[in-house]
Amino acid sequence: MKQQFEKRKKPMDIKLILLRFRTVIALAVIIIIFTSLSKTFLTIENILLMTVHVSINAFLAIGMTFVIVSGGIDLSVGSIMGLTGMIVGALIDVGIPLQIFGVVIYFHTWFILLIGLAVGAGIGVLNGLVITKLKVAPFIATLGMLYIARGFALLSNNGSTFPFLNGQKGLGNMGFPWLGGGSILSIPVPIWLFALAALIATFVARRTPFGRHVFAVGGNERAAALSGVRVKSIQLAVYVISGALAALSGMIVTSQLVASQPATGTSYELNAIAAAVLGGTSLMGGRGSIGGTVIGAFVIGILADGLVMVGVSDFWQMVIKGLVIILAVAIDQVQLKSSHIAAIKEEKKEVEPVTNSVS
Amino acid sequence: MENVILRAEGITKVFPGTVALNRANFNARAGSVNILVGENGAGKSTLMKIIAGVEQPSDGKLFLNGEEVVFRSPIEAASKGIGIIYQEIDLCANMSVADNIFLTREIAPNNVINFRKQRQITRELLLRLEHDIDPDRKVGELGVSSQQIVAIAKALLQNVKVLIMDEPTSALSTEEVAVLFRVIRELKNNGVSIIYISHRLEELLQIGDYITVLRDGAVQAEERVSEIDVNWIVEKMVGRSLTEFLPREAHTSKRPVLTVDHLRYPKPEGGFIVNDVSFTVHSGEIVGLYGLMGAGRTELFECLIGLHPEAQGDIVLEERAIDPAMTVDERIARGVVLVPEDRQAFGIVQSMTVAENITLASLAKYAHLGVLPGNAGDADIQQSIRDLGIRVSASNQLITALSGGNQQKVVLGKALLTAPKVLLMDEPTRGIDVNAKSEIYAIMNELAKSGMCIFFASSELKEITALSDRVLVLSRGKLAGEFIRGQYTESELVKASALDVAISIHS
Repeated sequence: MKQQFEKRKKPMDIKLILLRFRTVIALAVIIIIFTSLSKTFLTIENILLMTVHVSINAFLAIGMTFVIVSGGIDLSVGSIMGLTGMIVGALIDVGIPLQIFGVVIYFHTWFILLIGLAVGAGIGVLNGLVITKLKVAPFIATLGMLYIARGFALLSNNGSTFPFLNGQKGLGNMGFPWLGGGSILSIPVPIWLFALAALIATFVARRTPFGRHVFAVGGNERAAALSGVRVKSIQLAVYVISGALAALSGMIVTSQLVASQPATGTSYELNAIAAAVLGGTSLMGGRGSIGGTVIGAFVIGILADGLVMVGVSDFWQMVIKGLVIILAVAIDQVQLKSSHIAAIKEEKKEVEPVTNSVS
Repeated sequence: MENVILRAEGITKVFPGTVALNRANFNARAGSVNILVGENGAGKSTLMKIIAGVEQPSDGKLFLNGEEVVFRSPIEAASKGIGIIYQEIDLCANMSVADNIFLTREIAPNNVINFRKQRQITRELLLRLEHDIDPDRKVGELGVSSQQIVAIAKALLQNVKVLIMDEPTSALSTEEVAVLFRVIRELKNNGVSIIYISHRLEELLQIGDYITVLRDGAVQAEERVSEIDVNWIVEKMVGRSLTEFLPREAHTSKRPVLTVDHLRYPKPEGGFIVNDVSFTVHSGEIVGLYGLMGAGRTELFECLIGLHPEAQGDIVLEERAIDPAMTVDERIARGVVLVPEDRQAFGIVQSMTVAENITLASLAKYAHLGVLPGNAGDADIQQSIRDLGIRVSASNQLITALSGGNQQKVVLGKALLTAPKVLLMDEPTRGIDVNAKSEIYAIMNELAKSGMCIFFASSELKEITALSDRVLVLSRGKLAGEFIRGQYTESELVKASALDVAISIHS
């Protein structure tokens, strides 16, 4: 009996396979088209450059996937990027002046990075508390935070940037530009971090009770609650993850520019949602995968860079991006329906009506 | 076979991979209640969908008043006087009673709705159904039985000749069923032909005039209801008689496992939904909880499992108190678990597989240092599938591909995997077929034999009396009676459930 369950081979429809791997196929098609149109497209330098671009959105999209799968949405990630960048910039550039003692505190770079992550996570906690305790809908709560965080980013230096984030040797806060611009084994640091984040997130989503609980809360919150899932803790946690990853993304952009700009990350939340949705995450919650989201981020990123390389205008780029997103979700609906029908057919075909109770 | 208004002849419906109906004949007679029974998957719903124009038959013919008709859509069927009230009431909860009744049939000269007229007709329709429901009330604010009445009124507005009712009583209490039956009889006297589908067999005998039994897509028998009894129906449906389904040995243990003392669950507007309830459940005992809709059965269970931290009173499990603030997961860890009433809303996670649903409440058990191994719970999942007789082709199948009975077994499997000492089951066999029911009964018996306490609520008297060692009756949140197996009659239970206050405690 056990053998029968485990060893059974699933005869897969070719149509279903195509539908299932649609995002990968789309990515392959895009790569083939651009390679044939541009000689410099498929060079190592260009691939690394594009992947660094992709990583900025991917951090947001990975966090967004957890949030969306749990049944929520996080519109504040772009603003968290901006605010975190400004705070990190301020800590490097001006430190914390304590006027009573006439001293200025400068932190070590590593500590500043931790503060940055904590800022993102902290905003995530606020989002989560507003959603779980005040029962504000996630869309509204994070829309509010989008404005609040952006407002504080602009207030932090009166709308100006913090330039020159190289730090000073005597203060121990040098090396910040390495985060976005450095390399390990000739691969840029953001790519390492991207890979690390994707691997950890995949592992958490698939192989931990927490991950399973996120899917359960998004799939049926009330059934999850009755199964002993701490629904509110899960809902809080996903915004913390999203906030912390947004902070990381914001610090990487700031580091690449070697300057904090208050407008960093404006409207990036939409790219993150697009990547997650392209990767098969359902806005209804309960369905999605980190792998899909990463591929979705690549599709969006490579499409953008490739179109620039082959000289398509900005305006057409937007039109094309919009079409790709709508097409992807439309195909997703077809896939859902046909795989469900296939599952039901299979159920009817294979299950023999044998009465069998506890023995 | 006089008075046949609607006749389905040789209806065959082939879906890719299955034959849902195989040359089925069905007659609906004017001015009578035509029962259609059969297990889930026997083809009842498909046949009704064909009659209502939702699906088209692969082969066979429909005759209305002796003339052949073809319904290409539900609208065509409706225009010929065929109405259907679905199992899940399909009304818009956010709209008023009148708006619902007139939806798509608005009285709107020059595209402006005449609300006054609609309201007036609505009131007349509802009064005809003996219900004084305010036409301006939002449907969502009405109870299930009132919603049912609104759905019927909506069908009446179309001037139905044939009204199909799919499990209309599954959510109603005995009292509300009586009201519905009065309405059905009135419709019948007006010449309407009712096609009535239900799993509650005794009910069918009460209300039905003719009965047709479906099995595996084919008609097994057609008979006048006056000629038959419950055992006849069950035999035709599954080839066995009901008494075989419900064996139960006497319960003897006196070791208390769950003791509840003065449990109260306050209503926000004052008063109590669960009002000062005290009882004990012993090891290996099956205790049934009977009561009308709104008597507080579901809420009592919800208090025990920890959904209502504001509930007061003492709960003691295996000699250790359960703190009111204890969360659901802490209570599950202590050994209480609930199989909820509404499977779709509270039982299953629709987006997950069978395996993921079964392990959902037990993930902590499989995790090592917060990590689930790749084969987390595989052995347990396979064992659940075997022990509970869950019919799946693979455990990684989406749960929504399963029938209601199998989904219920998955929910039960999830509960059992937490190794509970007390298993709470709220309407454990609602909306599942006779065969799955008998399997669930057998499982409950086995579990009790192994020493587990089973505390279950049901609105089916037969189920309560056949399974329970002891029956507790709730009435308006209060304990209105306690009955020992073999020492009461069904009418005593019904009487107790209708009491306003607790008067007598039998022992």
